[in-house]
Amino acid sequence: MQKIGKQTVKFDAPPTILQTASIVGPKEADGPLAKFFDQCLEDEFWGENSWEKAESKIIKETVNTVISKSGLSSADIDYCFAGDLLNQCISSSFGLRELNIPFIGIFGACSTFVEGLCLASVFIESGAGNNALCAASSHFCSAEKQFRFPLELGNQRPQSSQWTVTGSGAAIVSKSGNGPYITNITIGKIVDKGIKDANNMGAAMAPACLDTLLTHFSDTGRSPSYYDAIISGDLGHVGKEILTELAATKGYNIKSNYNDCGVLIFDKEKQDTHSGGSGCACCGTVFSGYLFKMLQEKKYKKILLIATGALTNSTTSQQGESIPGIAHAVSIEL
Amino acid sequence: MDFFQSMDWMQLIRCFIVGGIICIIGQILIDKTKLTPARILVIFVTTGAILGGLGLYQHLVDFAGCGATVPLTGFGNLLAKGAIEEVKTSGLLGAFIGGTKAAAGGIAAAIFFGYIASLIAKPKMKKQ
Repeated sequence: MQKIGKQTVKFDAPPTILQTASIVGPKEADGPLAKFFDQCLEDEFWGENSWEKAESKIIKETVNTVISKSGLSSADIDYCFAGDLLNQCISSSFGLRELNIPFIGIFGACSTFVEGLCLASVFIESGAGNNALCAASSHFCSAEKQFRFPLELGNQRPQSSQWTVTGSGAAIVSKSGNGPYITNITIGKIVDKGIKDANNMGAAMAPACLDTLLTHFSDTGRSPSYYDAIISGDLGHVGKEILTELAATKGYNIKSNYNDCGVLIFDKEKQDTHSGGSGCACCGTVFSGYLFKMLQEKKYKKILLIATGALTNSTTSQQGESIPGIAHAVSIEL
Repeated sequence: MDFFQSMDWMQLIRCFIVGGIICIIGQILIDKTKLTPARILVIFVTTGAILGGLGLYQHLVDFAGCGATVPLTGFGNLLAKGAIEEVKTSGLLGAFIGGTKAAAGGIAAAIFFGYIASLIAKPKMKKQ
């Protein structure tokens, strides 16, 4: 592997994404992508007595599903990179405490899933191991409770707010396999344009996404038309529009092949999720469910997945701080 | 029949309109400003207390009854009124005692019914 340009790593022997798995909650199951997920839950508690336990169970079962689908045994997996949104990433560490695979907890807010893919591919191509597992989860109820208001309060959500996806996505990155391959990764920088509204994460993250996107193009010498699809993590309807405009002002027309996981996962008209989906599971489940199948069926041959994250917590937003954004990109090609 | 005959229908309409207007103000603040619901709550209670302290809110209560007392501004008014009355009977200390005393029924009922609700109900996913 070699570093090209400012922030991009190009792999000489690109690692394969061997298998993916996804489990989603009831609201996502009513959305347009339902048929692509491995399992759709009927109840957001999934038989547990707290949302935190439910989220841990979701990531645990998603990881078990991806391992069994891959045909590997857990002993074949050298590392597990996982993270979520709850304080100290407890969904991952509690959910995966019986997994018995060397564990690296990661936090990149909603960009965690792609952050995991980036780290796993560097680990695998460097020869540090043969198989690495990446997983990320989020849960609407546990996230609302931690970041916004208790659900019991019954607060109204503003139109710019996004709906945290309940679910988990997991992928296994391997040294050998027949693709799709992770060919390049672009690690994003923290970008903060001073947006303070915790109910408008799309606007807060769009500048970070633009920065990573432009850096990726200049580092690789590629243009937007190189990709069949450029998919951002969870900018939602508001952020998608902002990114499209920002990119146009920089001379990149991404209108025709750009979309966002937060836009794809819910039906804006029927589901009333306002600005669309968000959360670690937004990018995680849309990639592991929908996009991976599009790649397997060769409907997409080259995609750029840019997961976005809002690096904030409930204390900083109560203290009136702005929201730093981040975005990491992976090129996935057949 | 007595019930319908004795009902002051105009009072009912005044109550509905005034209570509705207060709620509309709250909805506009939610939709058009970045104020959090908690801040809107505090603004309503303090506005009620200030208007009550100046003796203005009582006119609204006389006019609209529950339309003015049930919304949060009515709670603020009650705090101010209670404090003023208690000062008259027990001196300056009454400013601290009176408000809570006047609102004691409402506060205790909120805690009691909140507790009962937490025992019999389980929080659920929002629909939207």
